[in-house]
Amino acid sequence: MASTATELKTEPTGQSHPDGSVAVAVDNLHVRFGSGASTVTALKGVSVDIAEGALVTMIGPSGCGKSTLLRAIADLAPASEGDIKVHGGSPRHARESRDFAFVFQDATLLPWRNAIDNVKLPLEVGGQGSNHADPEELLTLVGLKGREKALPDELSGGMRQRVAIARALVTRPRILLMDEPFGALDEITRDKLNEELLRIWTETGTTIMFVTHSIPEAAFLGQKVLVLAANPGTVKEYMPVDLPFPRNLAMRDTLEFIEITARLRKLLEEC
Amino acid sequence: MADAVGTEEALRSEKRAILAGAWVDRLPAIIAVIGLISGWQFIVTVFDVPTYIAPSPIDVLAGFRDNAKILWLNFWPTLMEAIAGFLVGNTIAVLLAITFVHSRMAEKAFFPIAVFINTIPIIAVAPILVLIFGNGYTPKIVIAALICFFPTLVNMVRGLKAVSPATLDLMRVLSATQTEVFWKVRIQSSLPFLFAALKIASTTCVIGAIVGEWIGSSFGLGALIIEATYNFRSPLLYATVFMAALLAVTLFSIVTVAERRLIHWKSPAVE
Ligand SMILES: Nc1ncnc2c1ncn2[C@@H]1O[C@H](COP(=O)(O)OP(=O)(O)OP(=O)(O)O)[C@@H](O)[C@H]1O
Ligand SMILES: [Mg+2]
Repeated sequence: MASTATELKTEPTGQSHPDGSVAVAVDNLHVRFGSGASTVTALKGVSVDIAEGALVTMIGPSGCGKSTLLRAIADLAPASEGDIKVHGGSPRHARESRDFAFVFQDATLLPWRNAIDNVKLPLEVGGQGSNHADPEELLTLVGLKGREKALPDELSGGMRQRVAIARALVTRPRILLMDEPFGALDEITRDKLNEELLRIWTETGTTIMFVTHSIPEAAFLGQKVLVLAANPGTVKEYMPVDLPFPRNLAMRDTLEFIEITARLRKLLEEC
Repeated sequence: MADAVGTEEALRSEKRAILAGAWVDRLPAIIAVIGLISGWQFIVTVFDVPTYIAPSPIDVLAGFRDNAKILWLNFWPTLMEAIAGFLVGNTIAVLLAITFVHSRMAEKAFFPIAVFINTIPIIAVAPILVLIFGNGYTPKIVIAALICFFPTLVNMVRGLKAVSPATLDLMRVLSATQTEVFWKVRIQSSLPFLFAALKIASTTCVIGAIVGEWIGSSFGLGALIIEATYNFRSPLLYATVFMAALLAVTLFSIVTVAERRLIHWKSPAVE
């Protein structure tokens, strides 16, 4: 645990939280679904610390429990055993005080609301406090200036996902949980959104946990990559990515990057 | 700015094109109707069918002219009963659906009863209702309400439940209350389902009112149909039937216009 913090400290991140505090602490987490003979063990004894301000990507074979881990942290799935602390408190407390926001694979926009009203949704429910970002500015931040009044079905998949990201940022969350947010997008759009996400991360200093199926994406975005193994879901490796920030797409052609993805691919093959 | 004007103009010409397209679309239907009416006139004239068996379209037109006053006089009660039944039946159905969605107990207790009521043929209950409520407007309104009730109940329950699990997850992450989920999500996603049912109800409520008027009533289009039949006043009978159809079509159009006004987004959920 201590090593996690020091490693992050020494990394040239340009982040605003170099004090080494932990945003999410997962300790010996077990998550089981169902009961009796049909019990599915999605996670078995997962322990991991996510440093405050870090950008951690998660990768692993399908069904290894990536979504489940993220959902447990977000208080969407209950822990069967073990403990999760978000900023020192329970996930439920974190949820109720809007410590985190969740970005799903589908944008899950409300189809009857235009872009700006979708971004405003979090401010209208759940007894919201007054600390929030300007929705218009957020749409500009995600590159959707001028499309405020567009309905979701008038936007492309990539644009919808941008709206979802703006919506997630509107409550100024300290943690952003993202479950394959760009999984359904084409590669060019995905590259663009990856760069944008890095920019947003640098600008906001938010802690980000990012699930993906793509090895290059995991390596390109992550300060660290959490590799999960399947059956049952356990931590295979928590691997730092030794690439400097700010990163740009050209870095993916460097030898260092290729070595990192090769290592990740090898780890995944062993899972 | 110039761009916005350009798109607006494009939109307008697009609308014009759509309108013209709509006429072209309807042309076959219009030609078919004219053809059918001409055919009807032709057969009646050529085979010299007696007017009391089947009046020609011209006879029916004369029926409208000669009986204009009693047609109008009997049109209003039916209109009133149909609309009152529509409002009462659908309101109860919607409120009950809302109760069902909020309470599994209520659904388990009352849904079977609703199904049972739906299985009784409306023609069979009509005399019972006339016995109970007398000869005034009440039994007709009750029958019209009953006939609207079930499809709306079923569709509304379906619509209120047709919220994707991902959207519910989103609302949970936002710590939205059940009430907020209801007002921000469920109501809107139920609207396409509700309107599908209301369109059915807009025509069946007229049937309900007329069936109610068949049984010992002295007013309304239903009573007029019975009277015209017994007296072999076929042109009047046909004219009355057309009035009833006109009433149903009018109500249907009103519901359709309301639907277009309210639902401005694409809803793939309803067939
Ligand atoms: N609600 C649930 N009920 C029962 N089993 C579940 C539930 N959610 C997840 N599981 C099971 O838990 C395991 C982990 O699922 P999870 O969705 O976390 O995997 P994942 O790593 O996100 O997979 P993918 O990469 O395909 O998204 C799977 O075996 C899955 O079948
Ligand atoms: Mg998943």
